[in-house]
Amino acid sequence: MLKTFFLGGIHPAENKLSAQKKVELLDLPKQVIIPLGQHIGAPAQAVVKKGDKVKVGTLIAQAAGFVSANIHSSVSGTVLKVDVAPDSSGNLKPAIFIDVEGDEWEETIDRSTTLNKDITLDSKAIVDKIKECGIVGLGGATFPTHIKLMPPPGTKAEVIIINAVECEPYLTSDHQLMLEKAEEILVGVEILMKSVNVSKAIIGIENNKPDAIKIMTEKAIAHPNIIIQPLKVKYPQGGEKQLIDACISRQVASGALPISTGAVVQNVGTAFAVYEAVQKNKPLFERIVTVTGKSVQKPSNFLVRVGTPISNLIEAAGGLPEDTGKIISGGPMMGKAMPSLNSNVVKGCSGILIIKDLEARRKEMTDCIRCAKCVDVCPMGLTPSYLMRVSELSMWDKAEEDRIMDCIECGSCSFTCPANRTLLDYIRLGKGKVGGILRARASSAATK
Amino acid sequence: MDKKLIVSLSPHMHSGNTVKGAMYGVLIALIPALITSLVFFGLGALIVILTSIASCVLFEFLIQKFLLKQKTTICDGSAILTGLLLAFNLPSNLPIWIILIGSLVAIGIGKMSFGGLGNNIFNPALVGRVFLLISFPVQMTSWPEPGQLSSYLDATTAATPLALLSADKSVPYSLLDMFIGATNGSLGEISAIALLLGFGYMLIRKIITWHIPVAIFVFAALMSLICGMDPIQQLFSGGLMLGAIFMATDYVSSPMNKRGMLIYGAFIGALTIIIRKFGAYPEGMSFAILIMNAFTPLINTYVKPKRFGEVVKNG
Repeated sequence: MLKTFFLGGIHPAENKLSAQKKVELLDLPKQVIIPLGQHIGAPAQAVVKKGDKVKVGTLIAQAAGFVSANIHSSVSGTVLKVDVAPDSSGNLKPAIFIDVEGDEWEETIDRSTTLNKDITLDSKAIVDKIKECGIVGLGGATFPTHIKLMPPPGTKAEVIIINAVECEPYLTSDHQLMLEKAEEILVGVEILMKSVNVSKAIIGIENNKPDAIKIMTEKAIAHPNIIIQPLKVKYPQGGEKQLIDACISRQVASGALPISTGAVVQNVGTAFAVYEAVQKNKPLFERIVTVTGKSVQKPSNFLVRVGTPISNLIEAAGGLPEDTGKIISGGPMMGKAMPSLNSNVVKGCSGILIIKDLEARRKEMTDCIRCAKCVDVCPMGLTPSYLMRVSELSMWDKAEEDRIMDCIECGSCSFTCPANRTLLDYIRLGKGKVGGILRARASSAATK
Repeated sequence: MDKKLIVSLSPHMHSGNTVKGAMYGVLIALIPALITSLVFFGLGALIVILTSIASCVLFEFLIQKFLLKQKTTICDGSAILTGLLLAFNLPSNLPIWIILIGSLVAIGIGKMSFGGLGNNIFNPALVGRVFLLISFPVQMTSWPEPGQLSSYLDATTAATPLALLSADKSVPYSLLDMFIGATNGSLGEISAIALLLGFGYMLIRKIITWHIPVAIFVFAALMSLICGMDPIQQLFSGGLMLGAIFMATDYVSSPMNKRGMLIYGAFIGALTIIIRKFGAYPEGMSFAILIMNAFTPLINTYVKPKRFGEVVKNG
């Protein structure tokens, strides 16, 4: 029996249309717009101004605060302005506009493709290098990687877990990365292991990617401390808590940090970015983005510079289909629907998914029939129908009591509901309110 | 780009599960029992089933259209299901006018007065059935013998195995008869094998989980042993199978999580046998389910699902 997490979970149709499509290099755009807030935490602060010349890899914005990340130019050219631009939600956010001129890279970046296996830096230097290169979690959450590599006092890392499950339907960027860069990823994992002084790593891959499991297992023979762990296909296995449960059968308690189980979880794309940063001195300014959808002519995996307009990606995949109803940044389960094409690729953008108009609309919601399917599929063991009801009624104390803050927003409940109830919408509302109450309580307790 | 895009929160995919699908799934699971009832009771069964279904759908339509003035939901299959389940709980020689009263109580009081599908506290079909049982005890407890295919009101009746057991008399039917359904009793309850087939179908289609029926079976058997009764005879007689598989598992009136379901099922099983042993009626299933329906909100409040992080497995 293959390992998996034990509570709840669903099996959405996989629709991996772009699987095994070789990563293509996307043409450079004429202009890139690089947002300053591409990570969880404080937006970075711009260190360039209008008219400055930049090269590929030049630091253009510096981390502002503990939870923040550096941002580097993805192109060479001239800074046009530091202004605001719409993000994927349509909100105007600060960004640096750069007009592209040629493709000149910083000399410090090693552009060779030779595999560099020897890890010369010590653990502190590794973490500093990762911080300097602006590496963030590439699975979508974009949490600054260096912070995860500095376990808080009182905790100790025991194992690195690499998230290579790619449980979101449609997305294939991690899959393709493993097929093409297996050795680099493994070295990246060794670097991560060294950074937190652990001697064991587990790479969790869902069983629907047998070719990736095969190649990773072959290459991992040279890395005896890295285990390739095939996992049963089940959404949301890529959730940090679910993945830890699946790989090492330990569960993060309610409200606790994942590190309390001794596990440090990193995305497989992040491991590759870490390899490039530490061994090739290459900051994070490009990534693989899946462009896909049932009506898309040419579902593809592109290697894209950060700041490239979304519309360029869609053009390269055959243009926007006539019957488009929704454009999603990310996967269909947790991705964000974009209000327009006027946004740009960011570090956390794993895919652009185009949904047909017919499939984009929600069906009419009817009364809850208490079938308990939402309870069955909830990977956190919650009662979504009840949490929705108390959120509708603004009963925040009840919501808190019933662990609304444990919700990981995977969407399994809304996906499953036969009455098409908007469970997660209301749970998000409740989480926002309860979160505010908790913060207010904490700050008033602190001032006492 | 001038095209208007749809923006909504995730998830952007849906499983395609529908309320209708679940209801029709249960109806499909009831087909084997439907066939056995027609085979053993013929014309009577046909009249009772058709009357019950038609009147339930009609009453739901009329109430929604003229009383509540809302969109009718008769197509979702829940009224058909209530009608069929009500018929399955009736004897095959019941006059049409009594069936109509039963349907009206089931749909009108049992379901629509609470706000329709999803809001009722009690299983509507059982509300109708118990109303009839208390109001018309003679008609509701005279059971035609099986095999009188062309008779309806004129069918000859006899005591059911359960009534005989209750009166400490010997049962003229073999266990095999009770298993395949060649006994007298309510339309749908006679054949254990047909009901178990439906149970299997619903498990495979994941319409219900095993928790409630199995808890009922186990605790009914245990309680039979404690009361000094033959557990096998108890399980295969009366409405226990029908109730455990199709009535107690009603989505709306049963608890929302596995732990709650097990507690709910255990009490139904035990209560059924206690009522059979000590109560005034030979059958206790309907009462046991209705009593536990009333406890469902309490169970939901105090029994929570197994939480992530609650049980630490050994690595």
